[in-house]
Amino acid sequence: MTTSTRVLTRMKRRWGEIKKKRWAYMFISPFYILFAIFSVYPIIFSIYLSFTKWKGMGPKVFVGLANYRRLFGDPIFWQSIRNGVIIFFLYVPIMTLLALVLAVILNAKFVRFFRVFRTMLFIPYVTTMIAVGYVFRIMMNTNYGLFNMVLISIGISPVPWLDNVWWARVSISLLIIWAWLGYNMVIMLAGLQTIPQDLVEAATIDGANPVQAFFRITVPLMRPIILFSVILSTIGSFGLFNEVYALTTVGDVPGGPMYATITPLVYIYQQAFRNYNFSYASAVSCVYFVIIFVLTLLQLRYFGRED
Amino acid sequence: MAVTKESRLIKTKILDKRIFVYLILIPICIFMMLPFFWMLITSLKTMAEVFNVPMIIFSPNMGLFNYRDVIDKGVWIRLWNTFLISFSATVLKLFFCSLGGYGFAKFRFPGRNILFSVLIASMIVPFAVTLVPLYIMMVKFHWVDTILPLVIPGAASAFGIFFMRQYIRCIPDELLDAARIDGCSEFAIYGRVVLPVVTPGLISLGLIFFMQSWNDFLFPLVILKSPEKQTLPVMIATLTGLAGTNMFTLQMAVSVISITPLIIIFLIFQRRFTAGITFGAVKG
Repeated sequence: MTTSTRVLTRMKRRWGEIKKKRWAYMFISPFYILFAIFSVYPIIFSIYLSFTKWKGMGPKVFVGLANYRRLFGDPIFWQSIRNGVIIFFLYVPIMTLLALVLAVILNAKFVRFFRVFRTMLFIPYVTTMIAVGYVFRIMMNTNYGLFNMVLISIGISPVPWLDNVWWARVSISLLIIWAWLGYNMVIMLAGLQTIPQDLVEAATIDGANPVQAFFRITVPLMRPIILFSVILSTIGSFGLFNEVYALTTVGDVPGGPMYATITPLVYIYQQAFRNYNFSYASAVSCVYFVIIFVLTLLQLRYFGRED
Repeated sequence: MAVTKESRLIKTKILDKRIFVYLILIPICIFMMLPFFWMLITSLKTMAEVFNVPMIIFSPNMGLFNYRDVIDKGVWIRLWNTFLISFSATVLKLFFCSLGGYGFAKFRFPGRNILFSVLIASMIVPFAVTLVPLYIMMVKFHWVDTILPLVIPGAASAFGIFFMRQYIRCIPDELLDAARIDGCSEFAIYGRVVLPVVTPGLISLGLIFFMQSWNDFLFPLVILKSPEKQTLPVMIATLTGLAGTNMFTLQMAVSVISITPLIIIFLIFQRRFTAGITFGAVKG
């Protein structure tokens, strides 16, 4: 038998195997067809568009790296990246710690009305972010908002929640914590139920106080789940949109005051759908994708090494 | 004597703990519920009362006038649009995800590992990257202002296929083989054996999909141009008066209409809902 016929029979056998399993390919094909049409092709199209100048009408003019040159000198773009990082650090540590503490509390057997508390904490997750964003906007108004009225009534001076660069970021973070605390808590609660309770009890008998037991035993055992929620939040804080649109739109421009809360996604929206600068928006998308890609790889590497 | 003293000591210790625990829980829960309360009472006030200093919490003039206003502005058609989009998207997604999950869970075929890696990797593509080119595609397809862009592109969610795969893997192979021996086609096995067994998983996943679709904002905002095609979240964001000022009281009325169905669904299916959330996270 010559090599070519051997290759041929092997190919035939493989083809036979594929034919036998045609059902499996049929079952999984919808994903790959839709992924090719609605994700892969758009990304390629976006890369092409980023080398042109096009405002949504007329011919696309090839401009080489002009969009990228503009992008690297664009202070608002870099501000949006910086905002993603700042907002991440403003809410993730507090939210994660609070979610873990709440999960530990609700996991204790002596808490009454366990289900009522869990429901109240989780309900924000199912509500429309745009709706809640506007309520927060009303409550956070400097002059007539509920938050400042409460602060004044207990003798604290009012806070410019949405009018000051740093406070606006704090406000966005508060809104995110409100919306996602219950979700993270429910995940951690499920994680807690997988770790043996007698470990904590043994430590308590050995004289550890609840705080020591929490940091020495619960936190290390919960590491994988804590990392999961942190990874989700990383990508989440660069992709913030609804929160910013509802809470910190100043005039007609989302992401204020002074671009303090603009995120990459808001900037892309702004360039594409307000300025109709589709090619520049595409360049922003491409650079953003590279940043997210590298960030995810780094995290996966860190994550993968530990488990 | 000593025993009673000890037990009393433990009792007071637990009581201390309880008070401490409720001191954390109750303020947080009040903070969680506050926006709902504020949304509701703002939707019953006039704009002048919202801006009033000192603050008016309850006023004798409260009424349903904002709701009457938003009904005149066509809130019911938006509610229907939101429902139609969410329902179609959910049904289609559940079909493709359970089908794909079955394919990955119960078949060994050439290229399976590579294909599965592609599926997992696709989850890291952020929506921000495809937003602009996808919109341009939708314009070329003449799909702008229809529900298709909000249903078709996301119809086979990678997360959902992964989720269903984990679920379907738990079905014993003997069950499927028995059906095969009885002469069922693979598609019939999917429909008559797999689907009934994984119904709880389908409900959990369906609730997540329905909620995501119902609350979706950015893509509907750019796709649904004409007012009568809008969804509720888009209506909330575009209810602006002269000079782009927000009409807060009307926005709150629409917000109440937008969040109520989801909260009712959640309260009914709470166990399935949290089961879905934790299944996706803890197993993933």
